[in-house]
Amino acid sequence: MAAARSAVLFVTSSASSMRNFALTIRYYLYKYVVMVSLDATFSALADPTRRAILDRLAQGEATVMELAEPFKMTQPAVSQHLRVLEDAGLVVRRVEGTKRPRRLAKAGLEVMDQWLAMLRKALDRNYDRLDGVLAAMEPRKTRKGEKR
Amino acid sequence: MSKLTLKMEGDTHIIVTRRFTAPPEAVYRAHTDPKLIQKWLLGPEGWTMPVCISEARPGGKIRYEWKDKNGNGFHLTGEYLELEPGKRIVHVERMFLPEPTPDNRVETRFEADGRGTLMTLRMTLPDAQTCKAMLATGMESGMEASYARLETMI
Repeated sequence: MAAARSAVLFVTSSASSMRNFALTIRYYLYKYVVMVSLDATFSALADPTRRAILDRLAQGEATVMELAEPFKMTQPAVSQHLRVLEDAGLVVRRVEGTKRPRRLAKAGLEVMDQWLAMLRKALDRNYDRLDGVLAAMEPRKTRKGEKR
Repeated sequence: MSKLTLKMEGDTHIIVTRRFTAPPEAVYRAHTDPKLIQKWLLGPEGWTMPVCISEARPGGKIRYEWKDKNGNGFHLTGEYLELEPGKRIVHVERMFLPEPTPDNRVETRFEADGRGTLMTLRMTLPDAQTCKAMLATGMESGMEASYARLETMI
């Protein structure tokens, strides 16, 4: 039951512990960039067609024409979805003659994973502490020489 | 090595599992008894939970208030929906960051696993806005840790 609440338990005092101005500026810049891109990432992923496009790209690079085919969509419609995915940093393009094959951008997905990584870390800390609480709770159940 | 597993169920839920050496009754109690909750549900070092309300009955209230040593804090409220002592808890919760996050329905199961417990937790993946708020707060300590490391290197 502790998942959501512990996820946020990383809150620490910010300004008070920032020791110098340059670091503070850098921190806010970083935070802004990550938050903006995270928002774009989630919006981009909210659409089932875009998720399907990402699934396809997970198997390898593809051109707009190749992407349009299985989805029975026009190329402009696919291009529109690709633009959203590119703006979110999830997809990148390469130039090859007249073609612009698209592939998955690793960095965008890493931003998505960040939240899950934070949750895992928060849960780990709490449950490690819970191990200690549980051990202290039932001394009666530990008999001499018995391993718990 | 971490005993915790965390995976997605579709793109709307998260399933977490964790093993404990204590029996299900004890793990359940540590999740419902306010005196015990206050000892472990704390996040990073330096945080305490001065207020812990946990009325372990259907419709019972949940309220946790956290504070750090500088007096910063936030709180969470919720309600218990279903309780099967020693086996299962279903509750709903929302955090105040300070704006309330959407209600999150959480189901926690405790199963005997040898002499210990396998706990399975199923929660809703927060929406983008909530993730953002959580990540933004979470990042402060992540960045804090990075800066602390950086300072030792300079």
